[in-house]
Amino acid sequence: MEATSSISWKAEAKRTLQFLRSELRPRGKIWTPFNVISGAIILAGAIILAFRFFYGLGAVTNLNQDYPWGIWKAFNVVTGVAFAGGAYVLVFLVYVLHQEQYRPIVRVTILNGFLAYVFYAGALLLELGRPWNVINPVIGNSFGFSSVLFLVAWHFMLYMIAQFVEFSPAIAEWLGWKRIHRVLHGMTLGAVVFGISLSILHQSGLGALFLMAKDKIHPLWYSEFIPIQFLVSSVFAGLAMVIFEGTLSRSVFKTRVSPSYHFSHERIVLSLSRICAGAMFVYLFLQTLIFVHGQDWKHLSGFWGAWYGVEIVGFVAVPCVLFTLAYRRRNTSLARWAAVGAMLGIVLNRLNVSLIAYKIGAPVRYVPTWMELVVALSVILAEVWVFRWIVNRLPVLGEAPAWTHEAEEASKEVIPHARPAAVQPIERSVASKEA
Amino acid sequence: MLFDDSSSRASDSASGPVKPAAESHGVDRRGFFRTLGVVGAGVALAGETPAAEQLDDPFGVLVDTTQCVGCRTCEKECAKAHGLPVPEGGYRTTTSDQQLSIIQHHESDDPRVDMGVVFVKRQCMHCLQPACASACLTKALYKSPDGPVVWRQSKCMGCRYCMVSCPFDMPKAEFDSATPRIMKCDLCADRVAEGKQPVCVESCGASALTFGRRSQLVEEAHKRIAESPDVYVHHIYGEREAGGTSWLYLAATEFDKLGFAQDLERVTYPSLTKEFLYGVPVVLTLVPPLLLAISNATRPAFAPQGGEHGSH
Repeated sequence: MEATSSISWKAEAKRTLQFLRSELRPRGKIWTPFNVISGAIILAGAIILAFRFFYGLGAVTNLNQDYPWGIWKAFNVVTGVAFAGGAYVLVFLVYVLHQEQYRPIVRVTILNGFLAYVFYAGALLLELGRPWNVINPVIGNSFGFSSVLFLVAWHFMLYMIAQFVEFSPAIAEWLGWKRIHRVLHGMTLGAVVFGISLSILHQSGLGALFLMAKDKIHPLWYSEFIPIQFLVSSVFAGLAMVIFEGTLSRSVFKTRVSPSYHFSHERIVLSLSRICAGAMFVYLFLQTLIFVHGQDWKHLSGFWGAWYGVEIVGFVAVPCVLFTLAYRRRNTSLARWAAVGAMLGIVLNRLNVSLIAYKIGAPVRYVPTWMELVVALSVILAEVWVFRWIVNRLPVLGEAPAWTHEAEEASKEVIPHARPAAVQPIERSVASKEA
Repeated sequence: MLFDDSSSRASDSASGPVKPAAESHGVDRRGFFRTLGVVGAGVALAGETPAAEQLDDPFGVLVDTTQCVGCRTCEKECAKAHGLPVPEGGYRTTTSDQQLSIIQHHESDDPRVDMGVVFVKRQCMHCLQPACASACLTKALYKSPDGPVVWRQSKCMGCRYCMVSCPFDMPKAEFDSATPRIMKCDLCADRVAEGKQPVCVESCGASALTFGRRSQLVEEAHKRIAESPDVYVHHIYGEREAGGTSWLYLAATEFDKLGFAQDLERVTYPSLTKEFLYGVPVVLTLVPPLLLAISNATRPAFAPQGGEHGSH
């Protein structure tokens, strides 16, 4: 018994290794304009980072004693994590509310979220002054329980694990590990529930980071409700990103996209628009309550009042209306424009809280150096490279292999009157076509 | 100028050699006794004093800006004691990673101000409940039981959240170093632990600085205001700002004209994040069961098996 199982394990390991070796080879043309330009930027970013680690943050950044956090924190971490919020909203829709119509995009969204956290937590490390001590709050020799950042850091780590578990069935499918797949698949709901709870806490926690900076942030952007504002806005930030990224992916990865994804894409964009519009309305209502409650009328005059108006009207209210119109008129290109507007609004909001409306009276305002911008961009481009590598190999946008399909079909037999009748026939017809 | 504190200090240092074994905890004990005014036999018993009680009345410094002549000896002595470049040139407006303690030069047309000039010593305020220490996720910044808020090199990971949180902007980072430290006044914690005064207080020839237990400093400050109501502004800066600080200031003109932030919270800064942190266990314990319940309740056709998709 034992001998045979060890032989099969050996064969399995050998097969996996060979498969991995073949998968590691690059696919497609290497010298494309995108590859050349993004590769050059990433290389430049790496060189700048070498300088940063040898000579200190001051050598490449414009950080000063008034602005201890720069664009890497404000844009890559605080803004980027809001955009990664799509993952927790979508798994909530699919795994908790059983809204099967979103199933085709759930995997790519989880992957996006996972990579966003990996790279943005990485960006956090780049900007730590003493990164070798990052282990202190992890291994427990120094737990600062009273720190919001402690909570955020731990929730980042735990959420990355949860997201990896959520995504892991795709890896098992890629490697053809059937038994492991079954185990991983069974862990999904647990990871989802845990992941949503963690997301609620760290999305709001990113806002709570600024609670003690009460005297430094302009009153139009500071309130004791920043955590709630950050949480609510992460819902539509994430979904807008899903719409935006889905549109790009569909054209870039044409060959990898499953027919079911293709067919359902328009409908998914429109229903997400509707959720975005709702979330943005809630957010506007919250902003209004905070504004009135804080008696902020006196701040509305002058530049900062106008700037606040630009953010709230131009990049929240207008996209909210556009999302509503897009849904009502079944207009997906309008939805995409609305998504772009909403995303700009989120960038604006997060940068306002953490940099632009932060310490407006400082003698030297912080403006990022070109080197900071290059590194910020390299982080995003590196993420895109990894995303592309995975999407081109793993069943992310496409169908899962037939053997998982059979298992799922079998499980569906158990549920005779499954609700999402609209989707299933398409999936079935696709499956039959492929067969 | 040192009031009753000096006499008890003297008696302490006299009794010091008697209990050398208790050196590490000696300060706590000494401080406790100084506060209570008890000497002698109860040493061993009172040694069990909880740290919290010490925190209630930490060491601090009273700065009487009407006495300061702006000689900047304290700046130089501070730099020497902390291994930093001795400051040259004119008066600074803010502390920096190179200079933990500064003398500011303010001109004033307030008739109460002598010669129209006020010199203000600025450094870390050593809050009773410091924002920086509560912000620190590695407890690198920490409020020692005797009052000094100190930074510990082996713990800090350089996130600079302390700098974002501090209402006085006192923690400064060494941005030009590959191994940056967080620099701020440490109230000469090592010296204080040995029963000595901070170097700035010791070097002050103008009696502008008074070192002692905070409760006594507050009393002394009130006494000075009461004795010379026409000299001082009737406000002790630091008594309630940011929930109370160990450094306290007296001045002859309004504090906002001397560069002190006037709109600071009267509550402690860590309390600003308290509600959020209280919400964490609530969310972590209540949201997962709620989500599981929703997931089960909305499961199509109530499949009898557990798990996603039923079982395989």
